[in-house]
Amino acid sequence: MSPAGTTATEWETVIGLEVHAELATRTKLFCGCPNRFGDEPNTNVCPVCLGLPGSLPVLNEQAVTLAMRLGRALHCEVRRSIFARKNYFYPDMPKNYQISQYDLPINVEGRLELPQSGSRVGIERAHIEEDTGKSTHVGGGGRIHEAGYSLIDYNRAGVPLLEIVSKPDLRSADDARAYVSELRAILLATGASDAKMEEGSLRVDANVSIRRPGDAFGTRCEIKNLNSLRSLGRAIEYEARRQIELVESGGTVRQETRHWNEDEGRTGTLRTKEEAEDYRYFPEPDLVPLDPGNEWIARVDAELPVLPAERRTALADAAGVAPNVTAVAIAVERRLDGLALAAIAAGGEPARVLTHVEHNLAVEGAEALDPAGLAALASMETSGELTATQAKEVLVEMVASGDDPATIAKAKGYEAMGADELAAAVDQVIAANADQWTRFVEGDDKVRGKLTGFFVGQVMEATNRRADGKAVTARLRERAGV
Amino acid sequence: MTASTDTALDIAATVRAGTRPAVDVVDEHLAVIEALDGEIHAFNLVLADEAREAALAIDRRVAAGEDPGPLAGVPVALKDNLCTAGVPTTCSSRILEGWRPPYDATVVEKLADAGAIVIGKTNLDEFAMGSSTENSAFGPTCNPHDTSKVPGGSSGGSAAAVAAGFAALGLGSDTGGSIRQPAALCGVVGMKPTYGRVSRYGLVAFASSLDQIGPFSRTVADAAALYQVIAGHDPCDATSIPEPVPDVRAGLVEGVAGLRVGVVTELCEAEGIQPDVMARVRQAIDALEDAGAKVDEVSVPAVVYGLTAYYLINPAEASSNLARYDGVRFGLRVDAPTTGEMYDRTRTAGFGAEVERRIMLGTYALSAGYYDAFYGKAQRVRTLIIRDLDAAYERFDVLVGPTAPSTAFPFGAKTADPLTMYLNDVCTIPSNLSGHPAISVPFGTGDDGLPVGVQVMAPALGEATLFRAAAAVEAAAPRGKEDA
Repeated sequence: MSPAGTTATEWETVIGLEVHAELATRTKLFCGCPNRFGDEPNTNVCPVCLGLPGSLPVLNEQAVTLAMRLGRALHCEVRRSIFARKNYFYPDMPKNYQISQYDLPINVEGRLELPQSGSRVGIERAHIEEDTGKSTHVGGGGRIHEAGYSLIDYNRAGVPLLEIVSKPDLRSADDARAYVSELRAILLATGASDAKMEEGSLRVDANVSIRRPGDAFGTRCEIKNLNSLRSLGRAIEYEARRQIELVESGGTVRQETRHWNEDEGRTGTLRTKEEAEDYRYFPEPDLVPLDPGNEWIARVDAELPVLPAERRTALADAAGVAPNVTAVAIAVERRLDGLALAAIAAGGEPARVLTHVEHNLAVEGAEALDPAGLAALASMETSGELTATQAKEVLVEMVASGDDPATIAKAKGYEAMGADELAAAVDQVIAANADQWTRFVEGDDKVRGKLTGFFVGQVMEATNRRADGKAVTARLRERAGV
Repeated sequence: MTASTDTALDIAATVRAGTRPAVDVVDEHLAVIEALDGEIHAFNLVLADEAREAALAIDRRVAAGEDPGPLAGVPVALKDNLCTAGVPTTCSSRILEGWRPPYDATVVEKLADAGAIVIGKTNLDEFAMGSSTENSAFGPTCNPHDTSKVPGGSSGGSAAAVAAGFAALGLGSDTGGSIRQPAALCGVVGMKPTYGRVSRYGLVAFASSLDQIGPFSRTVADAAALYQVIAGHDPCDATSIPEPVPDVRAGLVEGVAGLRVGVVTELCEAEGIQPDVMARVRQAIDALEDAGAKVDEVSVPAVVYGLTAYYLINPAEASSNLARYDGVRFGLRVDAPTTGEMYDRTRTAGFGAEVERRIMLGTYALSAGYYDAFYGKAQRVRTLIIRDLDAAYERFDVLVGPTAPSTAFPFGAKTADPLTMYLNDVCTIPSNLSGHPAISVPFGTGDDGLPVGVQVMAPALGEATLFRAAAAVEAAAPRGKEDA
């Protein structure tokens, strides 16, 4: 599990994540401008989000509701919070301070359960803040210091963000990826965010340190610029290895912010603790304290959807498998668990239903599939009317046309092959390939395994792919007497 | 050329009746401005064409039989830190050079809805930081009563404009006394409403938790009329009070019989209060008692820490509010090879000494490791002041004291040492820290023949009582020495 190679047993990687999720509100956090990605630059702006003199922020109620919804989904306590100003200069930040929450955030003390391992990750806080604009540095390789000039798009300025801070409870790159995937699933399920890492509506910073198991936490480094789950995993593995090598060669880890360079596959110093900004936080005087009160919290709770973990449990129970089975996780992730549950309820054989959801339904329109049709398809497979290969092709057609599987199977000429017909076809293929058959009968498991593929392929060809691969294999073994 | 002395209510009555065209009112005031403002320098910008156009529109409404609004045709002098769409709004600072807001402040919209006419944008201490208008980047305003003296500040331009008859009404902003102190020094009425009563949307922020917009006028009734127009909830200001605004005008004639008036010991004995100023305040208090008020001394112990707390909270908020003047999006930009140097050069060129001082003070007060000792402690003092004032208001309906320690002082008298200038605000600051309403009413003159202001303070949302007491002070004020 540890990324640290040979020293894996001696060192433990400790990770805490800060995730920024853009809230899927209609308008921005403090003004009425549309919260929309991809529009012409600087078209969704007004005096408030441009920070023009005299303008004042007014809190967006929908942003608060979405923040609370995510908070409650993470089992947080929602409480009275106040906004604070985080002061620092940057050209894409219109007021040169960011309205955020500091010592009194809206959501505190929650938890998230990792789907595979089932381990619980503490959520320290999930607070509301505004996003900045987006700078594009032209010339000089896109870095601000070498750029010829910079363009700033303020459409993103003032877009509501939720910063979700985990406790340092993660222990590996896999943990970290699983945490972000699950958090993403919860963000999607609650409708709090569209959580697209590629569009920047979900951004992750990782705090990484190392220690000997049982020791106090080591000095952490914060890694920025993690734009995909892959980057997140690679960066954590690199950073843990860097710190271990540093410590083992007699050095000490310096607390600093580091930048992940995806092309070079390494992190580099962005700024040290000494260079860190003093943000001079103080309570935002332009906004009043935010006290949602029990009634609002109760309303949020009542409107909370069934969460991914519960959905996984429900599907796993129905299918008679463990909740951490991959197919179950995928079904929920793709929001196909409802389809799977209905298909199982309609008599579909659970294993086949899950197999289809996991492998054959990563297509558009899958969620609109008729569960009774999927159940019928599974039954046709178990009864031997359709082979797995045929079923897959029928399924594609079902999604595309909406027809029932029997109709499609008939149109495709997939008639069930009787046991006698299949036996005859196998015998014919054996007769035509005497050399291979001798090797099959006399060979060991390895040889036989290889040749099984050959014989099945020959039978498939001879029967116009109507034969069931499993039945062919069984017949071959029967004939060989093994 | 004599200054117009018509009250706003007189002007509005005649314009509404159709007996006096608004355009004549505007032309008369423009003529006075033309004649005298070269000497006074109350205005950064006179909006002659815009004001005449607005007046003609009012006159058309009157002719058409429509209601032109309660302040129809009344010229208003607008402090130049209130945003006006398409019209330069400078805060008397170089850093806002060339900036024209794309929007009107809420109070500016309310003025227009009421039929009032903005006749110009008035001078102020840069970003409202000061008590004399000497901190304006465009030169100081002179006191119309004695042009060798300051008009007070920071809303010195609006106070002088109303005192000089350039406009019947003015709007200012009061962060630590910036309406009341210049009103006292210029011999006009100046009022700071309850924090949140008047929307701050479009007021260029100085110290957000203290700033409040309020009226200048030559009579208490005019101030009440303007307050009535600008007060009220605004969804664009989250700190705006959602409650409806009661009519404060009806009570003006009710008198003060039975009103419990507390004389704040700590304000009357504050450092630097001139004896002649205090004598006028005592005279006003006696007059209230004669009019039937129940007067007693009251101690509000925490107010003595007001000045210290104020000069931590105010720069702290200012340092953050003024961060946006960076040369990136609007106003002055001094180009440089890097963004950081551009910031430095722009802000160095654009800000005056007092603004730089407050930014440095405030940045320091908010720094890690100092926050609790400075900003945190100042906020606790603020809580104590509110607590002590609340205790006083259990026994009294209003509190009184001087507005400013002295009458108008000569230019340059207090610029060398910022602390002596800050002491001007010692009597006005408590109401800003508590968020309570307060008003300065002219009451005779000091030994130098210059105006003295008496301050009346009331609890939160106590404007009706405040104006009632102020009207009684006004009625008792000595006459005829203003032009001495």
